[in-house]
Amino acid sequence: MRRRVAPVAAAAVLLLAGCGASSPAAPTPAGSSASTAAEAPLPKSIVFAAASLSKVFPEISGDADIAYSFDGSSGLVDQLKGGARADVFASADKKNMDKAVSAGLVDGEPTMFATNYLVLVVAAGNPAGVTGLDASLDGAKLVTCAAEVPCGAATARLTKAKGVTLKPVSEESSVTDVLGKVTSGEADAGIVYATDASGAGGKVETIEIEGAKADPNTYWIALVKGAPDRAAGESFIRAVMSADGQQRLAGYGFGAPR
Amino acid sequence: MPAAVALALLGVPLLGMLLRADWAHLPGLLVSRRSLDALQLSLSTCAISTLLVLVLGVPTALVLARSTGPWVGVARTAVTIPMVLPPVVAGLALLTTLGRRGLIGGPLAGVGIEIGFTTVAVVIAQTFVSLPFLVISLEGALRASGSDYEAAASYLGARPSRVFWRVTLPMAAPALLSGTALAFARALGEFGATLTFAGSLQGVTRTLPLEIYLLRESDSDLALALAVVLLAAAVVVVGLATRLRAWSSHG
Repeated sequence: MRRRVAPVAAAAVLLLAGCGASSPAAPTPAGSSASTAAEAPLPKSIVFAAASLSKVFPEISGDADIAYSFDGSSGLVDQLKGGARADVFASADKKNMDKAVSAGLVDGEPTMFATNYLVLVVAAGNPAGVTGLDASLDGAKLVTCAAEVPCGAATARLTKAKGVTLKPVSEESSVTDVLGKVTSGEADAGIVYATDASGAGGKVETIEIEGAKADPNTYWIALVKGAPDRAAGESFIRAVMSADGQQRLAGYGFGAPR
Repeated sequence: MPAAVALALLGVPLLGMLLRADWAHLPGLLVSRRSLDALQLSLSTCAISTLLVLVLGVPTALVLARSTGPWVGVARTAVTIPMVLPPVVAGLALLTTLGRRGLIGGPLAGVGIEIGFTTVAVVIAQTFVSLPFLVISLEGALRASGSDYEAAASYLGARPSRVFWRVTLPMAAPALLSGTALAFARALGEFGATLTFAGSLQGVTRTLPLEIYLLRESDSDLALALAVVLLAAAVVVVGLATRLRAWSSHG
């Protein structure tokens, strides 16, 4: 029963992947494909990466011709399971990298390349007067990630360690949605990653949460088994681990691996 | 041949989902507290939003069908737009209007009424995206059936309300039914606008589609089981409407 469905799903995924990779007119985030429009499209290296890496990765890869697919880590694992082609997989948490490893999707050992920790963000000007994960949150509209997604799991671990009980008005399915609720002013406060807070610029104010740095979220990168372009994949991973790559990651608020 | 391709394109993915679903554990998975909360919230909000769609949509369709002039085209376009908007855009539109800093939401928040993160926001989002389905299908039918019979009835002395209930409505009944069913089904499937505008909290704003989206992250079996429930509900509603439509157009 199960076998009959897999080819259909795989075909759909391939079809989607094909659309993104083979269209020469589509600009890549790296902005490097403009010159290829007239020539035959070169085989590109394909990187599947967590959405939170969508700004920093193209910066690290620079001129290298790379097609990125940025999505939630678990969604990317699902796509890889469905047979999507990729050279590199970068996960925003250990759980999803473990999933990929146990599904036999990864070649060799994954490498930790960055960390990220939770912070409290409030709308600019802090209209609700929130001071931290304390009584100042009573009556304020707090938004968090749902426990099912990595940022929500991290939030649950942190509040448990601190012995705090939160009463969010909404548990979002992605950290982007949490941030959006705060930047739009719909919510008074939200718990997001330091990188999200730094990416939001002046629209939010960041309040550090004590103890959050002790148990950071870890980012992992690995070569995908059967990578169409293994050499390109390996050189991408080297670029991420290089001093320049690590410096650029730090520029977006990521912590060093440990 | 194109029809076969179309049927396969529409049918095979649904069939695939049914084959993958864990039927043996389906009942057990479905009686979990959060599944029931999501199902109950979805059904109750959809019932309310469909009622709102009828109350607001029937007069709108009538006015659009019986009016002429340049503004009718503008109004029709305005009514159709939510149908073609990507759901997230619909959510952003609602957020910028009814949100705490929105055009209407701002003044409302000033007097202590806040819509975001409440069940009311879910109903508004559902109504916003499903209203066009009723208006468009009903207006088309009203326009096609013409107003000759209505004119005849009122010439024979029937008052406007009697004309509406005895002539206009029966003639448009099939379209009204299918429009209502489509609107209900669309409301049941509403996802993007709710996520963007209303948030997601068990029992308050987390409807069935939001629950499925979230469960996909952790428990794909349960997500699939709930998807089957959603599919079944949609099939029942649309099937019922088709049956009623056939029946009412014969009678």
